[in-house]
Amino acid sequence: MSEAAAAIHTEDHAEHHEELSFLYKYILPVDHKMIAMQYMFTGLIMAVIGGYFAYVFRMQLAYPGESVPFFGIVGPGEYNMMVTNHGTIMIFWVAMPVLIAAFGNFLIPLMCGCDDMVFPRLNRLSYQIFLVSALVLILSFFVKGGGFGGAWTAYPPLSSVPEFSLTDWGASLWVLAVALEFVSFLLGGINFVTTAMNARAPGMKMLDIPIAVWFIVIAVILFMASVGPLIAGAVMLFMDQRIGTTFFLPSGGGDPLLWEHLFWFFGHPEVYVVLLPTMGIVADIITVFSRKKLFGYRTVLYTAFATGGLSFVVWAHHQFVAGIDPRMANVFVVTTVLISIPIAEMLFSYIATLYGGSIEYTTPMLWALSFLFAFLIGGVTGIYLGASALDVYFHDSYFVLAHFHYTFFPITIIGMFAAITFWFPKMFGRMMNETLGKIHFWGTFIPFNCIFLPLFFLGLAGQHRRIYNYDHFPDLATEELQDIRVFATASLVIMLIFQVIFLYNFFYSMFKGEKAPDNPWKANTLEWTVPSPPPHGNFKTLPTVYRGAYEYSVPGREMDYWPQNMPPDES
Amino acid sequence: MSTRGPVATHRSSTGIPAGRLAVWWLLASEIFIFGGLIACFVLFKLNGTPGFEDASETSVVAGAFNTFVLLTSSLTVVLAHAAVERGDREKAFTYIWYTFAAGIVFLMVKVYEYSGKILSGHTITENLFWSFYYTMTGLHALHVIGGMVVMALISFDVRKGYNYQRVELIGLYWHFVDLVWIFLFPLFYIANF
Repeated sequence: MSEAAAAIHTEDHAEHHEELSFLYKYILPVDHKMIAMQYMFTGLIMAVIGGYFAYVFRMQLAYPGESVPFFGIVGPGEYNMMVTNHGTIMIFWVAMPVLIAAFGNFLIPLMCGCDDMVFPRLNRLSYQIFLVSALVLILSFFVKGGGFGGAWTAYPPLSSVPEFSLTDWGASLWVLAVALEFVSFLLGGINFVTTAMNARAPGMKMLDIPIAVWFIVIAVILFMASVGPLIAGAVMLFMDQRIGTTFFLPSGGGDPLLWEHLFWFFGHPEVYVVLLPTMGIVADIITVFSRKKLFGYRTVLYTAFATGGLSFVVWAHHQFVAGIDPRMANVFVVTTVLISIPIAEMLFSYIATLYGGSIEYTTPMLWALSFLFAFLIGGVTGIYLGASALDVYFHDSYFVLAHFHYTFFPITIIGMFAAITFWFPKMFGRMMNETLGKIHFWGTFIPFNCIFLPLFFLGLAGQHRRIYNYDHFPDLATEELQDIRVFATASLVIMLIFQVIFLYNFFYSMFKGEKAPDNPWKANTLEWTVPSPPPHGNFKTLPTVYRGAYEYSVPGREMDYWPQNMPPDES
Repeated sequence: MSTRGPVATHRSSTGIPAGRLAVWWLLASEIFIFGGLIACFVLFKLNGTPGFEDASETSVVAGAFNTFVLLTSSLTVVLAHAAVERGDREKAFTYIWYTFAAGIVFLMVKVYEYSGKILSGHTITENLFWSFYYTMTGLHALHVIGGMVVMALISFDVRKGYNYQRVELIGLYWHFVDLVWIFLFPLFYIANF
């Protein structure tokens, strides 16, 4: 080692002893746990914005043309902007940062038994790019002409010609924000995959890795392999908007269908990019609270590989009525139905894990179980939509919308609450209140079903989804249909009110909650072997792993759990 | 090798150093970005989109010269890596700057080509061929510039004697940039079907 390197070595040690200043601890941290918090709080703030948009446009649908409390009269442009950005925010600025970035950051180093991410400064950079992308998106709401209103799928020519979209800069800033978000997650993803591949504790073999980590890594790889063409597409769309190229404009020889292919080639794997982290989180929660080994660890893992592989060949089922060759549609029907097999197998493995277990109905467990229930409905209705003949009727109706929300609400919102209530003691060192947690659970889960179950019926009745005021369409403005809309909106308002209980519980418990022990749930994975919250550097001595993550209720052992790092001769 | 940073950075469950693994993943994701653009270009071309016959207007000589320059620079970056493996940091420093110089030559030829084309009316908005030409070669040129900036930054560290592994990593990246050009050259300069 050279002198220079030796000098850095000592300097490095000096760093560890001095207390970090506020700036480096909270604003510019390199510690993976603090970066996880940054992602989580940014995601939660964005969720509030996305939820507020949903409230405003649902109110407009229930009471068209009337002034909405806390907003005012909703104009058609504002309505489109809110629908578009509700979708964009909830997927790119809530689901991805909270499920992948926040929990990926928090869990991967802890569960793999190392002190930080492999590249801490790269980690900080990815958050900073992410923050900039969020700010650019928020800025786009306030430019001349307002925020982009061409739906989160941004189909051209609507999205690429300012005269059509009426949001000259709104549309461009939207594309820019999404592209920056992708860059942030590519950089973050490289870090996640490298950490899980390279920085595992000694003894932790591939099949000892907790499913939560596995699934985040698979999700990140899916993201990296699918987002490239859309980054290229975003550059092309941006150039169409700003310098007048015609990549997606038929008038100049371009093809709008090409954007749809680029978008959905990313868009469908993206469903699994956000699904898999939640699936992993749920796997860890249900094994802990049914005190049973995960049923078919390898099967669950292989089904994730199969889902990931198949997810690249189903994208055109979003385009059955967009003008693709009907013979090609046949192929995509087959692949779409095929992909339900591994996902169903995964769900069955989870249900088999529950079978015969000693189930404890704690708040995280309730969330995990409700995820299985709700996602099942989302999955089953997806099979209807995957059949091209039925899709011709269902397409762009509220049936699609209800199906979509029966998949993404469980993934994003239920998955997020499951993860937060489960790892809260580890993150903040205090327990959340169980009673308030359960009230919040039922106050969210029942209204959620009351919002979206009726929308299936509206869709079957032929209600098209891109209409701002149904009064203009006498066939859709009947009293029965309007009553269903009012019911769904009222359920949404009730659900939003119940979120106040969560926020209270979250912040109250963070400061005043009961102190959490190291391992409140008696779980096996490595993050529960360190103090709550984990100190800088996580482990006092870096652990060695002796077994898989799901050794619960092993016959012949006194303790019903068996931490991964406990040497075999101890008990 | 530097000992800075957390223990995690220096672990290697796969047997591959973390930096090299990360660069491979970076390149993998880059493949999809360029792959997406190349796929779009090829599909338009196979569809017989009007304007693609303009491929005959690009200068094969300039393109071939740039191919030669980039391939040579790949050689010099390998020589830099070989030098650093031997511990010959002065030589490594020199070879890194030879590579940098090749990048400059490449970019100068690009500027010459771009300005000639724009002056003869082939702007980015003329037709889809030129849109793809400027987008893809432009994105590639940005990658060349990015690689040159990183090279300039690491060369001084290497001369002072630390972060040797970075020479290999920038070499991997530089080969990738070279490889992308190997795809762009036939698509934009030679193929005229």
